[in-house]
Amino acid sequence: MSVPLTLLGLLEREPSHGYDLKRDYDAFFGRGRPLSFGQVYATLGRLARDGKVTAGQIEPGEGPDRKRYVITEAGVTEFETWLGEPVTPEPHLQTVLFAKVVLALMLGRDADQYLDTQRGAHLQRMRELTELKQTGELVDRLLADHGLFHLEADLRWIDLTSARLGALAELVRPAPAPRAGSR
Amino acid sequence: MNTERNASGDAGLAAAPGDGACLIEARDLVLSFGQTPALRGACMSAAAGEILAVMGPSGSGKSTLLHCLAGILVPDAGQVWLDGRRVDSMNEAERSALRRDRFGFVFQFGQLVPELTAEENVALPLLLSGLRRASALHDARSWFGRLGLDGLEQRRSGELSGGEAQRVALARGLVARPEVLFADEPTGSLDSLSGEHVMNLLTAAARQQGTTVVLVTHEPRVAAYADREVIVRDGKVSCLSPERAAR
Repeated sequence: MSVPLTLLGLLEREPSHGYDLKRDYDAFFGRGRPLSFGQVYATLGRLARDGKVTAGQIEPGEGPDRKRYVITEAGVTEFETWLGEPVTPEPHLQTVLFAKVVLALMLGRDADQYLDTQRGAHLQRMRELTELKQTGELVDRLLADHGLFHLEADLRWIDLTSARLGALAELVRPAPAPRAGSR
Repeated sequence: MNTERNASGDAGLAAAPGDGACLIEARDLVLSFGQTPALRGACMSAAAGEILAVMGPSGSGKSTLLHCLAGILVPDAGQVWLDGRRVDSMNEAERSALRRDRFGFVFQFGQLVPELTAEENVALPLLLSGLRRASALHDARSWFGRLGLDGLEQRRSGELSGGEAQRVALARGLVARPEVLFADEPTGSLDSLSGEHVMNLLTAAARQQGTTVVLVTHEPRVAAYADREVIVRDGKVSCLSPERAAR
């Protein structure tokens, strides 16, 4: 999740104080990882430095949060470009999971056991997300669904890999060393 | 053929699982269909009130394991225990009574009786247990609101959508408040949203009643509703997560 681009998006909706941006970010995008005020103002400072937002005059009143931020044309352009680009589909072929399976096989370890451990961890995470779906609001449910479908895809890969471990082992295990004297 | 039959109920009780929380258990089950082995020493147990997912690839033996636990099939060897009683050594009449009085079932395609209305289908286990028709239908109707089926009581299975039929089947499986609900791919014929609806209702109702659920599924998203999962491969069972107390 890109914090600067998300804040730009929120600012495109309407000029806002840092407090409003943090509140909306936490509600829709934070999901258990709220932004600190320091992070909000540091990000807004960088966006202002880069000409993506402007900070209004300090408004009269109490408290530190008395500047209203407004998105600039450059900020709108950057946000719209980002919004229109597809997220890079991750090929997932060189993941840690894949590396561990190959290394386990290369080293003659029990890759099946490792895959089972991974299955258990994936299913545990899926249980947590399912619980979140059952108790959470619509935004939580949709985000949990996104996570669940991705974890399910991983599990399908784990199942297929498990079924192909024999063939993969033949491929990655080093050939036996030639006997002494042979060429 | 069962080679470890125990004709004495007392001896069976003495050998009951030591864990007080364990309600149903399979010990070293072996079963072949002709020359084809389906179970090769399968072991598993479920605690009272637990929702246990039984996963595994097609043909791994997970449905056969469920049928042995439910007393539908008798293993060639090994034992099935329910609450301190041997199930595999019971005769057909005893196992039939067990299925009727203590177990509930939900299958992939609902398998409603097409000649009966939805409420008669739900009432069926109660009628078979000898409850009067009026009482059975009264109890059955109480499930329709609970499962979002209001107004569908008089419909026949052909007049129900897949999701509705499966919820009627779920009500039928739970109406007699069974100790164990056996669910074999209960969402297998449904789209994602309908399947999610059925699983939400199934788990909520089972937890409310304290019913143990043995849930056979090959779908991780369905298994994620369970407290714990085991995997059946080549007729044997592996555990993935540590056994936990039911929620």
